Amino acid sequence: MRISFISLLLILVSHSAYSAAKIQHWQTAQGSPVFFVQTPGLPMVDIQVVFDAGSARDSSKQGIAALTSALLDAGAGEWSADEIAQRFESVGAQFNAGASRDMASVSLRSLTQEKLFKKALQTMQMILTKPSFNEADFQREKSRTLAGLKHREESPGALAKIEYFKVLYKEHPYAHPTSGNIKTVSSLSAEDLRAFYKQYYVASNAKVVIVGDIDKRQAMQTAQFLVDGLAIGTKAEPLPEAPEPTKGITKHIKFPSTQTHVLTGLVGMHRKDKDYLNLYVGNHILGGSGLVSQLFKQVREERGLAYSAYSYFSPLLRNGPFTMGLQTRNDQTAQAVEVMQNTLKDFVENGPTEEALIAAKKNITGGFAMRFDTNSKLISYVSMIGFYQLPLDYLDTFQTRVNAVTVASIKDAFSRRVKPEFINTITVGGG
Amino acid sequence: MIFRVILFALIGLPLSACSSNIKVHQRTFENGLKVLVKEDSRSPVVVSQVWYKVGSSYESGGVTGVSHMLEHMMFKGTAKHPMGEFSRIIAENGGSENAFTGRDYTAYFQTMDKSRLGVSFELEADRMRNLKLDAAELKKELEVVTEERRMRTDDKPRSKTQEYFMAMAFSNSPYKNPVIGWPSDIASYQVEDLQAWYQLWYAPNNATLVVVGDIKANEVFALAEKYFAGLKTSEIKPVKPQVEIEQLGIRKTTIKLPAKLPYILMGYKVPVLNSVEDKSEAYALEVLAAILDGGSSARLASRMVRGKQIAVSAGAGYSMMSRLPDLFMLDATPAEGHTVLDMEKALKQEVADLKANLVSADELQRVKAQVLASAVYERDSNFYQAMQLGMLETVGIGWEKVDEYVEKVTQITAEQVREVARKYLLEEKLSIAYLDPQPIKQKKKVSKVAGGRHAN
Repeated sequence: MRISFISLLLILVSHSAYSAAKIQHWQTAQGSPVFFVQTPGLPMVDIQVVFDAGSARDSSKQGIAALTSALLDAGAGEWSADEIAQRFESVGAQFNAGASRDMASVSLRSLTQEKLFKKALQTMQMILTKPSFNEADFQREKSRTLAGLKHREESPGALAKIEYFKVLYKEHPYAHPTSGNIKTVSSLSAEDLRAFYKQYYVASNAKVVIVGDIDKRQAMQTAQFLVDGLAIGTKAEPLPEAPEPTKGITKHIKFPSTQTHVLTGLVGMHRKDKDYLNLYVGNHILGGSGLVSQLFKQVREERGLAYSAYSYFSPLLRNGPFTMGLQTRNDQTAQAVEVMQNTLKDFVENGPTEEALIAAKKNITGGFAMRFDTNSKLISYVSMIGFYQLPLDYLDTFQTRVNAVTVASIKDAFSRRVKPEFINTITVGGG
Repeated sequence: MIFRVILFALIGLPLSACSSNIKVHQRTFENGLKVLVKEDSRSPVVVSQVWYKVGSSYESGGVTGVSHMLEHMMFKGTAKHPMGEFSRIIAENGGSENAFTGRDYTAYFQTMDKSRLGVSFELEADRMRNLKLDAAELKKELEVVTEERRMRTDDKPRSKTQEYFMAMAFSNSPYKNPVIGWPSDIASYQVEDLQAWYQLWYAPNNATLVVVGDIKANEVFALAEKYFAGLKTSEIKPVKPQVEIEQLGIRKTTIKLPAKLPYILMGYKVPVLNSVEDKSEAYALEVLAAILDGGSSARLASRMVRGKQIAVSAGAGYSMMSRLPDLFMLDATPAEGHTVLDMEKALKQEVADLKANLVSADELQRVKAQVLASAVYERDSNFYQAMQLGMLETVGIGWEKVDEYVEKVTQITAEQVREVARKYLLEEKLSIAYLDPQPIKQKKKVSKVAGGRHAN
């Protein structure tokens, strides 16, 4: 990726914004927004089409977004799953489809050589616009999903996560796991999937993201070609607001494992939250910076209580969770949880030290270029910017905004948003 | 550390490929340190990796996992940079860092802005010779490693099955031991064990420094000279060969564990690039693995998962870059209504097919197209490129082989694939492990309203 970088040294001195990645933006004839970054250097291109069609759109049919996405390449137009796989792999292209809570994404990585790219692109277009949802393919993929859901029950970590979201989100569409539950997936039909596809995989609900070694004219043609066959449809309704945090609860699930998995936290912030930067930088110090975070030091380095101890915000369309986690030997669970919660309490009450904030800023701004130093990383940033409708200069201004954060502003944001009495704690384990 | 990956044997690098056209610059200092540099100016970043020729396959009974334990201790400080300083300095310079231990290597890395390469070199050079090992710190850190083991293996039925499988498949090869070590060995490390291991293997003449990124080779050599060239050499004794004895018949084991899904692992003893006389055989095995599991169009997905619909997943894998002879692996999870024995039968049928018939021209074309494309895609990541060079050099194959990969693979014919299937995928060299799921006694949750301060 040949992006115009000024030396980072210069930036640390001047704190001036610089062009991180020039995002070009337009709309297809049907009105789907397109985001494009031209990155010469390697003869390859990455494409993502993202829809507001994640598991938050499942309603009572929990797991339908994920299963719809899994069925896309199992048959489209005249082609079977085998033919689709052969078409991609014969040109060395890599295809993926997946769903998260907010979005469903369909992505392709291909070489740019015309003949190869064209075949890959045609295949992707067919998948996007004419997926078959055949009964036989549907039954097979459903069984595979059900097996995956069963497998999940072997994992105390996975069980903790399911319970955690349930406790935080109650009746909200974020409450259930993206892949659904055995009961809800069992009752899905191919017809349900067709209806879901018809409603959400439409031009009004789509965004196209392209990063790679093609020029703007090719990018325009590519985007137009991909969504041309989609119905215009209507944009998905706004999601309901996430519940406000209230008095926290503690839940334990007994499981025959040697470790207890702990997840603790509350409903946090959304992508365009006004507290985003303060919470992000604050969390970096608290538990987001790996080997040098406060949680890591308190739980692991000082006491050897766990292999991993961390915290993070997951900003979504609506307020996503703030989560702290660790895994520890069953008999020391209470001690580990106490250390983690005391670390949080201390942080919320006192904020970070000036020294810790300076170090965090140096880490974030000094390592800024590493956040998108590959096409893979860059396309996930551009997708995020596109999907969440962040400003196109989001990356350009990021460092300046990080540098504007102060100890007082972090303390203020945490005291309002991460109240220790609202923290929920889920533990799974105990032997 | 947090994301410190133990690269288990079975994962390896998938179809690692060439990074042709870009020159690798090499220099070896008088103290034996080899420095490899690849210039890539797409982003103003450099990745720097120090690879040591030591890993779990260098260990002997009683101290298994000591290489991995030492990797953890390498973050505990030197006289010049006391406990915590290493990570603090890297973070303050915008860097990210970590380390990983495998069967055949231990490696440490930083990714930094290109102007900060010297920071990483100074710290790595210091801990190459001056690590301070402290008994109290070791005591704490071995608790961390024990937690790591519980998380990665003890509470994961499939990982545990894999551990028992390896212990059975190999008789005397050190590949029988897990990278992280056996529990009682981890519990019994003494600081002298770590000290001895550090002195045996951590020296410039047992290391390779790999740098990939937006920096000129000359600058890297000059910086490396400044920080590493003065380090003292050690006498490195060759590792004992520990050649695996011949397997004389099929081996089977059943692992009963609380789990939800049955699972089967199969492995044939096969040679690797290092051990095989006719190198093309290793490349042919690599192609064979891709015929079975190189993408969704490959045989296992199209025949077992989709065609017969007897498996929810099925896979094959081969690591031609292991230091010692290894296993050609197959695994599968049966679909509802099918058993691990059905999986075994179907996987053996696939093997029999490969011995009886030539793979089709279309299949070969797809494998090669993917190898060629991967060679381009891999260049998107400096880290991956550095990893290939470091690994090839450290396991004794030589980094130069990185450039031959695509060519060698694309030369493989259908006849050669059939030939290696016939020669190496032999019933008497096969080992099988069945995971037999036992009920999970999961109690419904006790729940109570609390202030969120204490867990039960």
